[in-house]
Formats: sequence, structure tokens, C-alpha cells
Amino acid sequence: MDNYYQSFLIKYAEIGIKGKNRHLFEEALVRQIKFALKKVAGSFSVRRTSGRIYVDAQTDFDYDDTVMALKSVFGIAGICPVVSMADEGFSELSNFVVKFLNDVYHPDAKKPLSFKVAARRSRKDYPLDSMELNAKLGAVILESFPSMRVDVHKPDIMLHVEIREKINLYSEIIPGPGGMPVGTNGKAMLLLSGGIDSPVAGYMIAKRGVKIDAVYFHAPPYTSERAKQKVIDLARIISRYTGPIYLNIINFTDIQLYIYDQCPHEELTIIMRRYMMRIAEQIANQTECLGLITGESIGQVASQTLKSLAATNEATSLPVYRPLIGFDKMEIVSLAGQIGTYETSIQPYEDCCTIFVAKHPVTKPNPKRILRSETRLAERIEGLVENAVSGRELVIVRELEET
Amino acid sequence: MEVYLDNSATTKCFPEVAELMKKIMLEEYGNSSSLHKKGLEAESYLRYAKDIIARNLKINEKELVFTSGGTEANNLALVGCAFANARTGRHLITTKIEHPAVEQTMKYLEQEGFRVTYLPVSKNGVISLTDLKKAINHDTILVSIMHTNNEIGSLQPIAEAGLLIKELNPQIIFHVDAVQGFGKCQIFPNRMNIDLLTVSGHKIHGPKGVGFLYAEEKVKIHPISFGGNQQRGLRSGTLNVPGIAGMAKAIEINYQNMAKNIEKLNELKSYFAAGLKGLPETTINSPLDEKGASHIINASFAGIKSEVLLHALEAKNIFVSAGSACSAGKANHQSATLKAIGLNKGEIESAIRFSFSYYTEMEELSYTLQTMYDIIPMLRKYVKR
Repeated sequence: MDNYYQSFLIKYAEIGIKGKNRHLFEEALVRQIKFALKKVAGSFSVRRTSGRIYVDAQTDFDYDDTVMALKSVFGIAGICPVVSMADEGFSELSNFVVKFLNDVYHPDAKKPLSFKVAARRSRKDYPLDSMELNAKLGAVILESFPSMRVDVHKPDIMLHVEIREKINLYSEIIPGPGGMPVGTNGKAMLLLSGGIDSPVAGYMIAKRGVKIDAVYFHAPPYTSERAKQKVIDLARIISRYTGPIYLNIINFTDIQLYIYDQCPHEELTIIMRRYMMRIAEQIANQTECLGLITGESIGQVASQTLKSLAATNEATSLPVYRPLIGFDKMEIVSLAGQIGTYETSIQPYEDCCTIFVAKHPVTKPNPKRILRSETRLAERIEGLVENAVSGRELVIVRELEET
Repeated sequence: MEVYLDNSATTKCFPEVAELMKKIMLEEYGNSSSLHKKGLEAESYLRYAKDIIARNLKINEKELVFTSGGTEANNLALVGCAFANARTGRHLITTKIEHPAVEQTMKYLEQEGFRVTYLPVSKNGVISLTDLKKAINHDTILVSIMHTNNEIGSLQPIAEAGLLIKELNPQIIFHVDAVQGFGKCQIFPNRMNIDLLTVSGHKIHGPKGVGFLYAEEKVKIHPISFGGNQQRGLRSGTLNVPGIAGMAKAIEINYQNMAKNIEKLNELKSYFAAGLKGLPETTINSPLDEKGASHIINASFAGIKSEVLLHALEAKNIFVSAGSACSAGKANHQSATLKAIGLNKGEIESAIRFSFSYYTEMEELSYTLQTMYDIIPMLRKYVKR
């Protein structure tokens, strides 16, 4: 494959302002970029020089796959395909710019294009300063392409010219996902179900640099193997952005049946969720996760009213991160679509046991009553929870399935 | 013990079938249309397959069209015939309990301007000949009736229907979807006045992705896909030689042992039915007399959602079906067949299909019954309140 561009300049936004820790963030970003590029055909070198990250192709590579891979790396604000040349004087630079415009845009009279030159000079010994470069290169372009004109406000082509050790040219900035490189902000435990919300919640927290582990509550025979496979599939989609995910699968059936036997039915969901939190907390503590993540959003269902959320929250002493708390369902659906989890989430395998949902669940649970109900579980619950935690199945989910 | 009781969804391949296919794929892999020796080798397998099928069905081998399976054969039969005969008439007749491959094709033909009568069935899942007779009119060009229902195993009066149709109007084309019945009953298209017959390979221990349509020589059919004009232009596309040969091998083995096997299946069915009757609040939805196939029993277990029982049995290595596999797994699906035989919502939602094969053993059924005796009381305890 013959690609016009052999390098990419990676722009990052927030890392740039991270003071003394900046190099840690940059190193993490380089690591994540290298990791993401592993799945792309071709070999690359990723280098960090004076506040910039460059990805250089060492061999033939698949351009589209490379851009796709880079677009999934948190911390990247923009991906600029660049061409570079050695500094051999202004007239060589002029020829280079004309050739670049010719190659990339094929300007002719039928397609009048506007442009702006944005030069930057980080090597201050270069004989022309930025303003002079802008003016002189602009003149060269106007002369070579009579159909083109200057527009400094909304140009069709924003031609960036960067004078460094080498000279870089680029005119396209492909937006990246933003955020911060995964792993720069510790690790948290995602309560992952087969629904639309929790994968999105995991994505959003990971985007802030947090590494994700996950826990899924499985209740055979009330939930099927397909429902479990669906959760693994969802974790795999998120792992495209987050790297490998340790997915803990808990067999929740015995706990659920015990709660069903002992507690008032309208409180089943709340009590169940409280035990899910407790179990997730236990695993989080064992695996150095610093918080829990859920896909809850206020008022979406009976268990997500403020009172219900408070009752659920009380069951754990870890911070619970709920990035979707103020989102409408439609907003979450749209995010799920962008991330790529929506189609999988809406597959209709019955999940977490509709038979355990009361016809009229409480929307305003009374904390004291809930506690009193839970005392009825005293006899066996500790052992059941212990069994569930110690008997959990661990699946390490990676983007590329090993066969 | 692993107990596979979902043989109406698909069956395990006979080892002889798999071996023959492996040999063809690795050694005699030619295209049967090629002029050289490799092509000839492949063609000899087609001749073998046609010969086996023609001999067992007592038909002419020119009347066979190989397809990718039952669905394609049904589509070719119905769509191909309806369009080829649209100038004669635009009325079609079928039943309310057909497999989606017929039902949905009929729905498509309705959109294309054909009129379709859907015959009701009795509580046993059988159509009445009187209804059929009443439905036929001067505009009728095709009648499609399944041989064995895929969900409850009811057998339709095919020979009688064939006779009735041809007495009323010999021009009416009679199609029979025999995907579930083939290999478990003798079917002779000529004696039964069947013009078109659909068969699939993987329900009789053959491979998936292959089937055939028997099409009586004089029946007009338009092709529904186009290409290199293989198979008299009725079904273009390179022939699936390993699949066709594998299916033929499976047919050969089925027919060699048919009488003995039917006897065994009948014993299994009586035994299993007796066991089910001993379970509280269980109703059998399949006909247990001669109106029911020997390899399918459908039953409802009041109060237990079929998916839950299915997964509970799965945990004990017993594999059954909730509804029919083709539609199971889709949310809010309600079986048209179970509705048509008059079951209520609760009975439909708790229906399980057990389907046997020649590999099914008595001990497996007794293990299954024992398991159900053990787990059903526990499952009944936890129902939606």
C-alpha cells in the first residue's frame, strides 16, 4: 500500500496543562498509542519530542485502520497526518508546499478553494518569523494556483507549516476522543449489565484516564448463557478504548432466591442492588479498585429515584461514580451508538430475571425498613456472599479474540 | 450424561456423512460443471445423490433441485410457482401452523398481490379436509401444507389432501414442506399427488446448508435467483457437492433403518409421555395417537417460563427447545402454532419442545424425567408474584 502520509502528529489537550506530572501523562499516552497500534497491519515508531508525539510508519501500513485505532485512544485531541522535509532553504519549502497542495487538493479553476497559512517557528534561528512565512508562502500559493484565494476566517484549507528540526506540513486535524490516557487515574470497578447504560458509564470514566475492571451478576437458570456472552461482547467493545478488562462473573442465583424467600417483594430490587454493591466492593478491595461505577441516571426506573439511589449507595463505603446521572435516555442511547455498544445492548436476551421484579416496586424506600428487612437474611447471607465472591469466574476480555 | 433433545432444531451428523464430506472436500473437490476429470469425479457424487433420493422417493431424478436448505426450497416452490402461474389464478392456500419459511413467504406473496387462505387447525394441530375443500376455488393455483409440524409434531392428512385437491382441480399445484417428516415416515410424491416437496439435510443427521426441492416435471416454476444456469436454470450457483453427497449418505442410512427406528421412536415417545403425565400441572400439547409424529413432544409446565426451565435443564446437560428454535430467543415471540391449537398465554409461555432422534436412548429420557421431577417444584416456588 502506498500512503501519501507516513507520519501522524498527535495533539493532546488536557495533558498539556498537567504541570510537573506532565511527563507521566505523556508516557502513558505513548504507551496507549503503541498498544492501540498493535492491532494495525504495519509497524510504527512512536516518539515524544519537545511537547509533541509523532507516530511514524516504519513499513507499509493501512491508513484507515491506523486512524481508527488512534481515534480510540483517550488523551488524543487530534490526529494530523503530516508530511515532512528537511530544511533546505525557502525556495525548496515553497516547492514543497505547492507540491503538497497539488497532491492533496488538486486545485483547479472548477473548484475554487480558500486557504490560510498558519506557520509556526519553534526554531528561532530560522531566518523568517511566523508572520513573514505566512505572507511569503501565501504569495507563492496565490501565484501557483490562480483559482485559490485567501480567507483568514473560514478557510477551506488551513495549511499548518511547522519549522522544527524538520519542517512539517499538515492541513487536516482528525478529532480524537479527548480525555486522558487510561491508567493515569487509577482503577475502578464497573457494574456491567447487558443494558444500554452501564457500558456507556464505563466508557465515560475510562475516558478520564481510569482503568476499568468489571463485575457482572449472572443468575442461571433465570438468565441465559447468551446473556452472559452479550456482557462479554459489550466488555470487548469497551476494551477497544480501555485495553484489556478483567470481568468478574458472579453467580447471583442463590442470593437472589434467598432474598426472594425472606424479604418483602416490593423491596426485592433495592435489596438485590445493595448486595450487588457489597459484592462489587469486596472484589474492588481485593483488586485495588478505588471506586465503583454504575450506569444509573436519576429517575429512570424505580430503583433510580433519589431515595432509591441513597438506599443503594448506603450499602458501600467506596465512592460510586455515576457519570450518566443527569443524562436523558436519548442522550445515553446516542452515546452508546457513537461508542458502538448500542446494537449489542439491545439484543433481546432476557437479563437479570424479570420474575424477580415486583409488580409495584418501592420508589421511596425507607432506609430503616430496608435494614429491618435485611436482618431477616442474617442466617445465611454472609456465607452466600462469601461463596459468590470466592466462586467468581474471571474472564480477561481483550479486543482481539484469541482462537 | 449429555442429553440432546432438540433434534427438531438440528441433529448430530452421522460419522459416515462427515467422513464422506471430508474426503470430497480434501480430495475430490472439483466443480461438477468442469469438463476435466476432477469435474467428473464431483459429478459422480451428484449422480449418487440423485440416485439415492430418486429410489427412495420413487421419483425421476430429473425432478430434483438441490438448494441451500429447507428455507430456500420453500421459497423456490412458493414464489417460483406463484409467479409462473399467476396468469392462471392468484389464490393460494396454506395452514396457520406453517414454519416461518412458508408463512413469511406467503406474507410476501400477499404483498405481491396474491390472496392467501390460512386453514385453521383442531386442538390436535390438524387441518380439516372439509375446510380445505371449502377454501379451494376457481382462482386457486397452489396449496401448501406441511407434513409434520415443527413445534408439536402433528401430522397432516397429506395423501387425503392430495387426492381431494386433484379431484377438484388437477391443475392446482400441491406443495408439501416435509422438513420435519422426511426420513421418519414413508413419503411417495407420486402416490400422494404431491407436486413439490421440500426436504432439508440437517434434520436427518446430514450437514447444514443443503436441502432439495422435488418438483414434478410438468410444474411451471420461475427461478428466484439467477446466474450460471445450473440445475436447468432453476437454481443457479455451483453445486454444493460435499453437502449434497453428505445429505444423500444420511438419507441412505435413514432409509436402511427406517422401520426399526420408527418403532424405537414410538417406544421412546410413549415412555416419555407417560412420565410427563406423572408431573403435576403439566399438559401435553402434542397429539399422542397416530396424528402425532413419533419424535416430537411439546408440553406446558404451568407457572414456569419456558426459558427458565430450558436453562435449568441445560445446567443438568439436557438440551431442549422453548418454542421452535427458529423463533426462540426473539423477545415477545408468541408461537403461531401454539396459538392456533388454542393454548392460552400461560400455556404458550411455559411450553417446551422435546424432540428425539435415532441416537436418543431410553436412559437419557429417564434421566430427563428424573431431573424434571427434582427441579420443577423448586422452580415453581419462584414465580412472579
